[in-house]
Amino acid sequence: MSDVALPALADAPAKTEQTETPARPRRRLPYLQAAPMALVFVVFLAIPLLLTLMVSFWEYNEYEIIPAFTLQNYRDVFEGCGNLADPCTTVRTYLSTLKFCALTLAFTLMVGFPVAYFLAFHVRSRAVQMALFLLCTIPFWTSNVIRMISWIPLLGRNGLVNDTLRSLGVIERPIEGLLYSDFSVTLAFVHLYTVFMIVPIFNSMARIDRSLIEAAYDAGATGWQTLWSVVVPLCKPGIAIGTIFVLTLVMGDFVTVGVMGGQQIASVGKVIQVQMSYLQFPAAAANAVVLLAAVLMMILGLTRVIDLRKEL
Amino acid sequence: MTNGIKFTRRTLLQGAGTALAAGPITGFPAVHAAEPVTLRYLGTAVNQSGDIARKVKEDLGITIEYIPVVTDEVTKRAVTQPNSFDLIDTEFFSLKKIVPSGNILGMDARRIKNADKITPIFTKGEIAGKAIGDQGTAPKKVFYLEGQTGKSFASSPTEWITLIPTTYNADTLGIRPDLIKRPITSWRELLNPEFKGRASILNIPSIGIMDAAMVVEATGDYTYGDKGNMTKAEIDRTIKLLIEAKRAGQFRAFWQDFNESVNLMASGETVIQSMWSPAVTKVRTQGVACTYQPLKEGYRAWATGFGLPKTLTGRKLDAAYDFVNWFLSGWAGAYLNRQGYYSAVPETAKTQMEPYEWAYWMEGKPAEKDIHGPDGGLLEKAGATRDGGSFEARMGAVACWNAVMDENTYMVRKWNEFIAA
Repeated sequence: MSDVALPALADAPAKTEQTETPARPRRRLPYLQAAPMALVFVVFLAIPLLLTLMVSFWEYNEYEIIPAFTLQNYRDVFEGCGNLADPCTTVRTYLSTLKFCALTLAFTLMVGFPVAYFLAFHVRSRAVQMALFLLCTIPFWTSNVIRMISWIPLLGRNGLVNDTLRSLGVIERPIEGLLYSDFSVTLAFVHLYTVFMIVPIFNSMARIDRSLIEAAYDAGATGWQTLWSVVVPLCKPGIAIGTIFVLTLVMGDFVTVGVMGGQQIASVGKVIQVQMSYLQFPAAAANAVVLLAAVLMMILGLTRVIDLRKEL
Repeated sequence: MTNGIKFTRRTLLQGAGTALAAGPITGFPAVHAAEPVTLRYLGTAVNQSGDIARKVKEDLGITIEYIPVVTDEVTKRAVTQPNSFDLIDTEFFSLKKIVPSGNILGMDARRIKNADKITPIFTKGEIAGKAIGDQGTAPKKVFYLEGQTGKSFASSPTEWITLIPTTYNADTLGIRPDLIKRPITSWRELLNPEFKGRASILNIPSIGIMDAAMVVEATGDYTYGDKGNMTKAEIDRTIKLLIEAKRAGQFRAFWQDFNESVNLMASGETVIQSMWSPAVTKVRTQGVACTYQPLKEGYRAWATGFGLPKTLTGRKLDAAYDFVNWFLSGWAGAYLNRQGYYSAVPETAKTQMEPYEWAYWMEGKPAEKDIHGPDGGLLEKAGATRDGGSFEARMGAVACWNAVMDENTYMVRKWNEFIAA
């Protein structure tokens, strides 16, 4: 099993070894070294994915899934998608999910970059830096769902925000759009996922050679010019990794959209979950494969812009 | 039990304990035999009360380990992981999925002491001699199996019962009378633009669509052949109406979980919504006015019951039967009745309730004294009457039952379309 996957993973080091020492035992070593990780990937990633792909072609009824080869599940996913004026469920769902991706990405970047910048460049002491960095991760000590649900009493029709605004006389009628709306979903996403942006960007910034910045100043660059022409380009890998984190998290999410959107907003994850709970595993598998393809395409597009391997 | 001597598990265990203490300790088997049985009880959180588990531990020495999941998940587990529980508490409608999978065993009616006292709602589909609505998956349609391991339902009574009823009720809309300030008498009010942005429906497709169907019929637009088994065209029609309402901003949110419905109602986010009886009770115990409003078109009923996985054998199987017998013997029934549910064998529950409680909950009479919930919290002051009246009035007005449709796959797809709209 592992032999099949090994060459791909251990390809590069194997070649260098070959040129140096053609002796047999030495050649095997890298394979062995990579084997545990490869095995984990094969067992927990490759095989489940292949099973999902396989099941997506099966037939099903109320209580069983039947081995077969049918494209019906995919046909169901894309039924009526040719019509652009009134998009089908799948297109609508993806558009809505993509909208949240874009919004979340924009806001997490806007919040995450300055925070990372502050941590990396303004805090001088290493100890304080680490302490503040750990502070950012403290919210992760409580569950995702709890952090999300805690917004509800704040944003509700008779929630804290509406009550305060009303007692201050700012508004007369409560703002309905605060909860169970695109706003509340985006807010929760930004709250939950900003850290995933901060960490990789901070990591990139920490590795920037300070003399580069000094050089920029010496060459007469203003603060903004330094930021834009020196810091940002060097942070690209961090931004890219953060983006990948946020994108994949938002694309696959259905709990946040469900809770904060009052179950009224569609998400791909929710569609899959409903189908799973109705034992329509092949249909859910087909949806999962489409989702996977969509996410992979987005990440592929991203890596075309930034060559992650080279930057790291 | 068969030889006429009444052994309870408790006396047996005590016996085993004394035997163990008196005689020399011979080895592990004896210790093992005295070990209390644990039953893994799969069901929805609403039915899984800590009080019942405590009481059964006290009475029978059986430990109940609850596995709380949502309605659809119960079915899924029963079909995909039949070894993960020892006792299932599931809705009758999901039998249409579970029974063909062959994962549950018919219950031997001869081992259920009160089997012949189970209310005729289940066995014949009638109450006090009067037939009740049987649209959808009415329990009488799926109550008996052809054989113990049969995969098809029997049309006439057999000795193999699919599920021994635990609880059942007639569902309707919950309203906030203090915020609506006028009488509500019809299901159509759910989509009345007057309540724009303040209505909710539950996001469990198979149940949500039935509530929607009640609304459609109430508007007089269309009458279904069987609300619980729609044709594709009927599903389209129903979903179209829901989509129009959703796009017009009728719904504040959808709910999927009991507690979500409580929060929506208690916080005033919604004033009218699909609701379950104990949720209404919970809103009321928070001091918020909430009515489980009887409507002229009738109720959507549901029922859950105990089933046995076919892998259950030996002491666990015996313990499961003991537990089910205990459940029907009165204490649990009285407990459920005090929550606003109904129990399978009303006459045993009656023995465990005060006469004034029975009169309030089951006969629809004004409360003689203050009515307390099973947790001791005050539910109603003396003089109040139950929404919808007596057991016979409520269950007699059932219009349809929760169901699995033949076109279920199509329905779920259309429901996803509604959520995405």
